[in-house]
Amino acid sequence: MSVYFTKDHEWIAVEGTSATVGITRYAADQLGDVVYVEVPAVGRTVTQGGEMAVVESVKAASDVYAPVSGTVSEANEALGGAPETVNEDPEGAGWFARLAISDPGELSGLMDRAAYDAFIAGL
Amino acid sequence: MADPTGPLETTALTGLWQGMGARMVPFAGYLMPVQFADGVMKEHQWTRTEAGLFDVAHMGPAHLTLNARPAAPEAAHAAIAALVETFLPCDVAGLRPGQLRYTTLTNAQGGVLDDLFVGRPADPDSQGSLYFVVNAGCKEADFALIAAATAGKATLTRADRSHTLIALQGPKAVDVIPNLVRGAASPKKLGFMEYGVFTGPFGALTISRSGYTGEDGFEILVAADQAVSLAKLLLAHSAVKAIGLGARDSLRLEAGLCLYGHDLDTTTSPIEAGLAWTIQKVRRERADFPGAARILRELAEKPSRRRVGLLPRDDKAPAREGTPIHTPAGEAVGVVTSGGFGPTAGGPVAMGYVATAHAAPGTELDLIVRGQPRRWVVTALPFVPHRYHRPA
Repeated sequence: MSVYFTKDHEWIAVEGTSATVGITRYAADQLGDVVYVEVPAVGRTVTQGGEMAVVESVKAASDVYAPVSGTVSEANEALGGAPETVNEDPEGAGWFARLAISDPGELSGLMDRAAYDAFIAGL
Repeated sequence: MADPTGPLETTALTGLWQGMGARMVPFAGYLMPVQFADGVMKEHQWTRTEAGLFDVAHMGPAHLTLNARPAAPEAAHAAIAALVETFLPCDVAGLRPGQLRYTTLTNAQGGVLDDLFVGRPADPDSQGSLYFVVNAGCKEADFALIAAATAGKATLTRADRSHTLIALQGPKAVDVIPNLVRGAASPKKLGFMEYGVFTGPFGALTISRSGYTGEDGFEILVAADQAVSLAKLLLAHSAVKAIGLGARDSLRLEAGLCLYGHDLDTTTSPIEAGLAWTIQKVRRERADFPGAARILRELAEKPSRRRVGLLPRDDKAPAREGTPIHTPAGEAVGVVTSGGFGPTAGGPVAMGYVATAHAAPGTELDLIVRGQPRRWVVTALPFVPHRYHRPA
């Protein structure tokens, strides 16, 4: 399994053409207390960089963008009743959706963990 | 407002907050703490159950004093009241010594230029003077308006740089406030919307029993060079934590209190905003304040729209400022002006303006969140009951 990151602070864990997507610890900490998550419908087609989900803190709503293009195969419906999971375990149980990747070539434009860590250190 | 492109202003407490690791954001031209390590949710709950300390030094405290004060205290107060009632719609003449009133500055069209406090000093030797606290984002315009309207007759002395305004809010605030004063006079004896000048280890303090959270609490005006010491003394108390602007906003929203520039602006009248109570009978009868024609007409005939509270029927998605409000049949009837998550309410809460025909509590309306209608219900404000200290 390989994990990649976007400049918008999403992570994507890839196994073959299947991937799990969420937001990073950095993003969750920046958002603060998450009070609402809107996950995508299963079967929906998403486009790299396009809106995929919504995460809301007490203060504000933020879009979560698809790191790569694909079709939603599963959504983390548990977040509906427990949005705080995104703060508690953003890179684990706080995942948003699983995707069937349509163009694995899009992964080459993403960052690995070391590159992402360097990116947020510079923010 | 401070120049939005210029450098941010700081308060006397900015360094203290940075040293505590607060997340700092620009707000009304100032660099302000939006949240501390605990985060908005815990800071909000702490203020509702213990005591929260808020840096509100961006706001605009000021004193207006007659240039020639009549010797008799009542005559001095009557003279300054007559002067400010030309631009304020509230009953200033009728203020008791030591009383504060919440009021608005209205324009000739009856729109709200700002919402503010005006207070009459308790001290007989200080009559002929008034205490104002205006909003940060409006203070330059407000002070210019007040100075122009009173030119030659009174002098406005700003206290926003010489002094620092700090709020201590929550049910334990009353246990902590005595630490700031010495002597027989105690701010514990103040009722809601009363204030006085007290002295203690940090010099003379103007302390009011007021705030922006719906809880009991105090607002403290301290000399700027004493502000850090005073804040540190308060924060050393086990009941007190520093609270950021994030929780300040969720607390005031649950309390149903307006945020200028969002729930109030130059297009909204005090009547539409549900602030008719801030215009006392004596002023309605005299009809001599800016915008009186519109305001009195709306009082008599009902305004075309009203500010209302809104709660989701069974939804968990917050509705933010700007969310369109429709009837279930799809007719556009309003807009959300403040919306978010209420930690004490335990779910989303919102305020907005809707056409008067749809403003009755219990009316079901659709809020259009990300293009999808979601069923909400008009609800009486506040969402969380006020717990102000009102001695019998």
